[in-house]
Amino acid sequence: MASAVAASSFASTRLSHLQMLEAESVHILREVASEFQKPVMLYSIGKDSSVMLRLAQKAFYPGPIPFPLLHVDTGYKFREMIEFRDNYTRELGVHLLVWRNEPALAQGANPVALGTQRCCGLLKTQALLDGLREHGFDAAFGGARRDEERSRAKERIFSFRDRAGQWDPKNQRPELWNIFNGRIHPGEGIRIFPLSNWTELDIWHYIHLENIPIVPLYFAKERKMLVRGDSLIPVEQSFVKGLPGEEQWVRSRLRSLGCSPCTGAIRSDADTVPKIIAELVSFRSSERANRIIDHDQDGSMEIKKREGYF
Amino acid sequence: MPLVQEIRQDFSIEDFLESEQQKDLLRFSTAGSVDDGKSTLIGRLLYDSRNVYEDQVRAVTRSTGASAKTSIDFAQLTDGLRAEREQGITIDVAYRFFATANRKFIIADTPGHEQYTRNMATGASTADLAIVLIDARKGILAQSRRHASIASLLGIRHIVAAINKMDLVDFSEEVFERHRAALAVLAAKLDIEEMLAIPISALDGDNVVTRSERTPWYDGPTLLEHLETVPTTAEESDAAFRFPVQRVIRPHQNFRGFAGQIAGGSVYVGDKVVVLPSGKTSRVESIVTFDGELGSASAPQSVTLMLEDEIDVSRGDLIAAAYSAPQPTTRLEASLVWLHADPLDGAKTYLLKHTSQTVKATVSLRHRTDIETLEDHAADSLGMNEIGVAVVETSRPVLVDPYRDNHATGSFILIDPATNATVGAGMVRARLEAEIEQRSTSAVIVLGSRQTLLQELEQRLLEQGYAVVNTRVTNRAVWESLLHAGVITLVACEDCESPSIAHLRRHEGLVFDSLDVHPQGEHGSAEEIEHELHRRNIFPTTTEGA
Repeated sequence: MASAVAASSFASTRLSHLQMLEAESVHILREVASEFQKPVMLYSIGKDSSVMLRLAQKAFYPGPIPFPLLHVDTGYKFREMIEFRDNYTRELGVHLLVWRNEPALAQGANPVALGTQRCCGLLKTQALLDGLREHGFDAAFGGARRDEERSRAKERIFSFRDRAGQWDPKNQRPELWNIFNGRIHPGEGIRIFPLSNWTELDIWHYIHLENIPIVPLYFAKERKMLVRGDSLIPVEQSFVKGLPGEEQWVRSRLRSLGCSPCTGAIRSDADTVPKIIAELVSFRSSERANRIIDHDQDGSMEIKKREGYF
Repeated sequence: MPLVQEIRQDFSIEDFLESEQQKDLLRFSTAGSVDDGKSTLIGRLLYDSRNVYEDQVRAVTRSTGASAKTSIDFAQLTDGLRAEREQGITIDVAYRFFATANRKFIIADTPGHEQYTRNMATGASTADLAIVLIDARKGILAQSRRHASIASLLGIRHIVAAINKMDLVDFSEEVFERHRAALAVLAAKLDIEEMLAIPISALDGDNVVTRSERTPWYDGPTLLEHLETVPTTAEESDAAFRFPVQRVIRPHQNFRGFAGQIAGGSVYVGDKVVVLPSGKTSRVESIVTFDGELGSASAPQSVTLMLEDEIDVSRGDLIAAAYSAPQPTTRLEASLVWLHADPLDGAKTYLLKHTSQTVKATVSLRHRTDIETLEDHAADSLGMNEIGVAVVETSRPVLVDPYRDNHATGSFILIDPATNATVGAGMVRARLEAEIEQRSTSAVIVLGSRQTLLQELEQRLLEQGYAVVNTRVTNRAVWESLLHAGVITLVACEDCESPSIAHLRRHEGLVFDSLDVHPQGEHGSAEEIEHELHRRNIFPTTTEGA
């Protein structure tokens, strides 16, 4: 479909907020591609990654995206995510790299055995740092947004990381106008967040307008779940075991994509993007907001970030 | 009391998406410290415009006394300060987001204490509007003056003085008028075009979103009404077309486009443009985007331009309207905000990043400005959070506009090349008479101890018809007489790196260093140095033309 975003921009001086955000993100992508030796885009297969990838296509059109994508695969991603990843990146002709912490996986690392924090530490954070170091990437794009969580609200667009890949909140560079300081010494790195100023609603609205493909897990359909109180736990890995009677078919969908053992689903009838947006808006006055809708909250985000996670 | 976003019975997602698409974007900054009600104001703004989730509201609601009345702690709704303090994080600029039926808003929220100037300047640099908080009981305090002053320095056209805590002065018209008169004096002094005073009570909600019945004497807009209708900077701009080239896109032989974000004005297919610093002119052949070609585009869109003629264009160049292009300059006067604990050093060479170009620069301070009294004081350095006016000399021509004409092409940052820290932020006041505007035949090029480069360069320049001499003398007077003699002087000296002659190495129009030529701070090659001579308009006498 022809882009509604671009169509309405013709000869107009008043840009919509999505056009403003798009222009800002494209500017950031081009700056990084031009100033760094070896940038990479962290690709998580989720909705924000899908938007970031579309923006990268736009930034360098009609040329190819001048950097590879890196997916940090924990080994426990949903099968539908991996299928989508492989098909979509092949279709776009982008260069996809996958990094897994194979030694940890070989030793049987999983969230049930290790607990979620240690499991994430090994399979996400450690794998990410190893992957970046092994390939020698000096700049990495991430899809984080400032509206996600409090500690992100003051994150820079260019976030400086020391030689250990760590984030020192006291040692971030002031960022004025749209002039970014990407200068680093050998071994240091910068994480770049082109979606900093997008909100969750902006992301979904852009996906709708631009007709951006997303993983089908976002859309409601009958899925096999373990029903435990209010929680719906997808049945995918053999080490996630239900009690008798817990396993049911439920019309449901995922609000955010992660590892199958640690990602809860919600009951939902939203099987189109507009219906998902309607659901998102209606949750604001819903009784369920408290329990199920986490709005990407993550209390331990600050700690994870200091250690090197996005 | 209605909570949060209400979904009407007749809610239609199609209508909702349609209205979402019409929204534009306004960025505004707020600044203040813990007690002045800033967090309460933001909380009230978000709550009354129904932008908070119900569970968030419940978390900050508590019962007060036996009456079982509930009250909402609006400050806590948005106050990340406590959490940050507990986590030991530096408190600086936090960005918050909300929307109304007509607009999306981004708030750059800065605490008022400690590194106030640096943070306020950061928040103000991208803002269309600034909210300055005034406590109705206290009037204009130092902090409000500071914020207004920084907002003015950063070129924010619309400033709102929110006269808060009107409930504590019995909504007195007289008190409000007294503050408004004082603000008018301040606005005149700061050269602020628009300073709108609004009487509010953030705590009770008067005139924040809903019009107050307790201020019948006030007939202006509520704060939110004003935020929703004030024009954005992009809408108001009448700047000429400016397009800093970020990147050349050349996927195959038949396509060569220049990618960038329009930094001012608009462009139409067929427009006559000039590429700077080369000065070559051409016309816009097409405006390319992923979503199809456009007939025109305007700031701040990101597009790719194709030109009708084969012209050498690279990152850092500027494509500008041919009828109104900036004169390349290596000297400019700028307002500076100092951001780093290491003070400004007039003898040091900094990196200056301006749009997509990075050059070396030296900075000599003219005066420091007291941010509260706005008086200028003689000074030769700036410490962290201080502001002043300086003369900046760059190693290569920069393509700047005065900041008041164009924020994007009138702003720059200074980087310490040793630490890579961002140490200063600058706003161009004027281009100064450039020494290189006239074509010249002479230059002094400092090569350090690089004998091989000297020989290679000498050979190359002689072949091109330049008159070349070389010397080991590092004496400014001798250099100047050689400049007057119209020759290229190559200086090779073992002690060139010594700090004692650092002042001689300052690159001005005709004196430069082989280190200046290379963006990464290495010695340039003979070819790069020759190219640099051309950039500086230095040619042998035998060259024809001009």
